Amino acid sequence: MNTINPAVTSEADQYQAEPVAPVREQPEETIIEEGKTVGRPFADNAKFKLRDVNVSYGDTRAIKNISLDVAKNEVIAFIGPSGCGKSTFLRCLNRMNDSIEICKVTGSLQLDDQDIYDRRRDVVELRARVGMVFQKPNPFPKSIYDNVAYGPRIHGLANRKSDLDEIVENSLRKAGLWGEVKDRLDATATGMSGGQQQRLCIARAIAVSPEVILMDEPCSALDPIATARVEELMAEMSESYTIVIVTHSMQQAARVSNRTAYFHLGHLVEVNETNKVFTSPEHELTESYITGRFG
Amino acid sequence: MTDQRSQAEIVRQSLKRRYRKERRFRAYGILAIAIALSALVVLFTDIIGKGYTGFTKTTITMEVNLDGEMMYLDDATDEKQMKMADFVEPLLQALIKQVPGATEENREAVRDLLNPYASNELREMLQANPDWLGTTQTLTVLAHTDVDVYAKHAGDSAYSIKLSERQQQWVDQLIEKGVVQTSFNDVFFTSGDSRDPSRAGILGAVVGSLLTMIVTLVLSFPIGVAAAIYLEEFAPQNKLTDFIEVNINNLAAVPSIIFGLLGLAVFINLFGMPRSVPVVGGLVLTLMTLPTIIISSRAAIKSVPPSIREAAEGIGASKMQVVLHHVLPLAMPGMLTGSIIGMAQALGETAPLLLIGMVAFIVDVPGGFFESATVLPVQVFLWAGSPELAFIERASAAIMVLLAFLVSMNALAIGLRKRLERRW
Repeated sequence: MNTINPAVTSEADQYQAEPVAPVREQPEETIIEEGKTVGRPFADNAKFKLRDVNVSYGDTRAIKNISLDVAKNEVIAFIGPSGCGKSTFLRCLNRMNDSIEICKVTGSLQLDDQDIYDRRRDVVELRARVGMVFQKPNPFPKSIYDNVAYGPRIHGLANRKSDLDEIVENSLRKAGLWGEVKDRLDATATGMSGGQQQRLCIARAIAVSPEVILMDEPCSALDPIATARVEELMAEMSESYTIVIVTHSMQQAARVSNRTAYFHLGHLVEVNETNKVFTSPEHELTESYITGRFG
Repeated sequence: MTDQRSQAEIVRQSLKRRYRKERRFRAYGILAIAIALSALVVLFTDIIGKGYTGFTKTTITMEVNLDGEMMYLDDATDEKQMKMADFVEPLLQALIKQVPGATEENREAVRDLLNPYASNELREMLQANPDWLGTTQTLTVLAHTDVDVYAKHAGDSAYSIKLSERQQQWVDQLIEKGVVQTSFNDVFFTSGDSRDPSRAGILGAVVGSLLTMIVTLVLSFPIGVAAAIYLEEFAPQNKLTDFIEVNINNLAAVPSIIFGLLGLAVFINLFGMPRSVPVVGGLVLTLMTLPTIIISSRAAIKSVPPSIREAAEGIGASKMQVVLHHVLPLAMPGMLTGSIIGMAQALGETAPLLLIGMVAFIVDVPGGFFESATVLPVQVFLWAGSPELAFIERASAAIMVLLAFLVSMNALAIGLRKRLERRW
């Protein structure tokens, strides 16, 4: 018999499947001690304060006892082999896991010292502050203008048409897309190239002026030129936003981030300054991963 | 080396087999389509062959002397006189003049060529033009059904000709003279049912169908779509929801006559609603159509890609906004298609309506939702069961009209889908 909500179950399947994905030359489990992270996981000016976070899908534990701070206006990259839980962890930060019924999050997750998973917390307000850019460009099948204007409209950020026009223009400028689309704002967004679509999604996220932008492998569907363009964008955006990026490309992590966190099988193994992680990793698992011995 | 060559040989052999299989499979497909198409062709040729004559009527055109003395009438505006006046006599006299060899003695035989309703036609004409009294006018009136059948099906053994041989000769001569003519049957489209085939029309049934469909659409589309949205987007995943889902799927498979019984028991007996009315028909058809609409709407909602939902949620759209702004517009083509197909099904439904009394013989065109009415398929059912062959050709004609409605509804569904479909 069919399940009630296929969208939810298919998502659940997708993320549920990840933790059990086999890792080649899997190092001994004893190397990782649960809840213990090497390096510098904490920061003084924390935007996110995450303590003892556990996430499970039914009986499968996807995130095991992770504690981490995300500092204000930093770019932090989550790296690690497939199925290590980095995307799951990212999605906890704006409660995108809510729609998966079997997903359970425990521990303390705070944004500016307020609990994210508080029962009274309004998830709509949270997502207005913590925007998200997804792996696959997913513009709405509407015009370019409407895509960017959608967020401000539903949050009531602009009362007049001229205000809205200004927000749209600024967002598109920040996303480096204004020059390319200013003459065809009414054109449908799905007709743009992949790289343009992804930058449009970034513009859409910026338009509601969030404090944090979460990026879930934003460049995995893009060609190198479009990737370079998006990375440039991230560097510019890091001045005004806190950015958390999940990436499979270690070069990308090295290029764009201040700090890098290495995940392994649901554990947070090591967090350090990016150049330190890539030049002298402290944990042997991190070293194996960045030298390409597995993953 | 030998090993490799033999492997290539094996692959080649299996390829041959695969291609053979593919060709056979394609042949089966073509055969299936050919069978379906030929069945369709047979059906259509039969219906059209039998029914096209239903679209023509037989009339008599002649010069009629509207003599006041003959009609016992001296003022055509006086309603009392108009009621009492004789409108048969002038028509009869005019026809006797046209028929060679007819005299006052066989006036009965001549009168049987005229439709019994022809005098009413003449009264209506005179009511509209009172100054015609005392003049001679060229008038066209309906011929008798027997003349109609003879004019259309003279050589056909399936039809029994009720005219006497002398009458047949007269009609032959009248056709030759151009007095008896066949023309487009406007009566068929402008009047309700009748005991007389040449005066029977489908307008009553079409209006009845229309009223019933309006009730069905107004009730089933909003309820069906709302139920689908709730089940798909808001319902918790538990035993109760599963139970509801199973039962909706079961309802879709319930024979439609059961819904008719339910309508009879609940709407008519329990709630005391009148019988034979479009409102009750619409309610019953709503029950029947709902599962179809719910199932197709849910399928349409399911097919909206999750990435669009995520995108909207990621910006901070509430559940309601995600559904209203993104899911519904994208699911709308599918929902509309499902609903129109459900409505087409309801339009062709007969069995449940028989049970709630929409099978009655109703002459008047219904004027509202609470007036007795019948619907197109039931009208076909009624006429097809009639012993008079003149009704059978009208049943076939009514089937063609019904099919035309169904085909245009399905075309509308396809058109809407094409127009509203968006790509992502």
